[in-house]
Amino acid sequence: MAEYIIETEKGKWEVICGLEIHCQIISNSKIFSGASTEFGDDVNENVSFVDAGMPGMLPTLNMECVHQAVKTGLGLNAVINKYSEFSRKNYFYADLPQGYQITQFVHPIVGEGAIDIDLADGSTKTIRIERMHIEQDAGKSIHDIDPKKSFIDLNRAGVGLMEIVTKPDFRAPEEAGAFLRKLRSILRYLGTCDGNMDEGSMRCDVNVSVRPLGSDEYRTRCEMKNVNSVKFVMQAIESEAKRHVEVYENGGEICQETRQFDPVTLKTKVMRKKEFAHDYRYFPEPDLPPLILSDNYIAKIKSELVELPDAKKARFVNELGLTPYDAMVICENKEVAQFFEQAAQGCDAKKVANWLMGDFFAMLNKKNLEIKDSPVSAENLGKLVTLICKDVISGKIAKDVFEIMAETGENPEEIVEKKGLKQVTDTSAIEAIIDEVIAANPDNVASYKAGKVNLMGWFVGQVMKQSQGKANPGMVNKLLKDKLG
Amino acid sequence: MSIDNDTVRRIAFLARLKVEQDKLEETKEEFNKILAWVEELGEVNTDNVEPLVSVNSESLTLRQDEVTAGHISEEILANAPAKEYGYFVVPKVVE
Repeated sequence: MAEYIIETEKGKWEVICGLEIHCQIISNSKIFSGASTEFGDDVNENVSFVDAGMPGMLPTLNMECVHQAVKTGLGLNAVINKYSEFSRKNYFYADLPQGYQITQFVHPIVGEGAIDIDLADGSTKTIRIERMHIEQDAGKSIHDIDPKKSFIDLNRAGVGLMEIVTKPDFRAPEEAGAFLRKLRSILRYLGTCDGNMDEGSMRCDVNVSVRPLGSDEYRTRCEMKNVNSVKFVMQAIESEAKRHVEVYENGGEICQETRQFDPVTLKTKVMRKKEFAHDYRYFPEPDLPPLILSDNYIAKIKSELVELPDAKKARFVNELGLTPYDAMVICENKEVAQFFEQAAQGCDAKKVANWLMGDFFAMLNKKNLEIKDSPVSAENLGKLVTLICKDVISGKIAKDVFEIMAETGENPEEIVEKKGLKQVTDTSAIEAIIDEVIAANPDNVASYKAGKVNLMGWFVGQVMKQSQGKANPGMVNKLLKDKLG
Repeated sequence: MSIDNDTVRRIAFLARLKVEQDKLEETKEEFNKILAWVEELGEVNTDNVEPLVSVNSESLTLRQDEVTAGHISEEILANAPAKEYGYFVVPKVVE
């Protein structure tokens, strides 16, 4: 558990936080219409009469959105509700042409669940999920083209969303950050949402309150809408919690309100007071009968689920001998995990992990590349590690070979062959070099024999240098010791 | 159950309907008549009856995930009071 306590001269405070996350469902068409969900198309081109809220148009539910929601629910270890209902949430806004959003209220498709988050100190914590429902997204308003007008693009209106609501289980900004990263990772493994917070395909509302440390009360909370990066979510919690503490310690009261986090000032400011809060007047959606799912349907989706990050991590630790930290880093990203598994096939997985997280990631960073565009293929990284394991090349030479691979994308076996980098493991060849070094440095030999055993390192260095790094370091050590007695 | 003028104003605001001051009383009466009529339903015994969400007993028909609509922006914008660069244009709305 992440220890996070706000301590002032007057007392100690604990932070209580819950998240609501809107995730755009990956599907070809919208949740209730046949218009495309493609991002970045020309304005108002992916809009049907249903999305535009034209009179008489009826919504029809996209089966893929239901499938994706059930898959996500299973990925969150949650109850799938075989009976769910759609409701209308009424409010007026220019980018909501129907005047209401079709959502789920009393009976959501997914009930309670839980996921484990990984914290910096190596511990894990379970965060409970309250529910997840499906609904339609609104259009997009653009306010900065004209000082007096807003411009509305309805391409996003009607795209399917999953809204995931957590229990108020977060006690530290770090926990919320770890949760968002874990959730994003699960969604990407499942292929149900691409999880890009900066593009708005995953959006986060943050609820924060504080209480004196040791108390079990829940005080008034404030909500920050649409915080759009993991870092900002963590900063928003910190800033808002500190504001609450300050208000309470100065004898004030916190009002339930919606606030906005400003990433420039790192402060929150009020958006909407409770008296202006929306009155959504939910009622059952008359255009859509209840959604009924069968046990077979749910079981089939369950049987098709991919291995999720936690299961993969456990397998990497238990079967491949990775450290929990390495396994966590590698499993967070589906592409990295796939690359690793391919590279580690038939060779030392721990060594592959070290190479992947060391030189390989450094190379991608330096070249500013995604793993899918890596010049070094998984197969070739595996081959390189195998060359080291089989004592064909030393670890030091391997670094040089890796640099060539990063430039040319060549197979390491060919590089080693072509450049004659094979390690010398022939005892007589190494002995010959050792003899040369000993003959050329009588003073150091005398000092060594007189007790300056530290010189061993220097001798090894000389021999390695003479062999152009190709001598097997283990053999050099052993043979030198024998010779110097 | 009966409602007062403030509730009438609030409901009108939520529905974005303009109810003039001199119409408030009349609207309130009408609301109360409707509520009184609905209250008659309370005479029916509904103990142990599940709420009915729809009179349609059909279960939901699902659609294949195919793109079958769109690229009709001219028609979509045809009724717009104002449009520019393919957008609907409305008086500035920033919350």
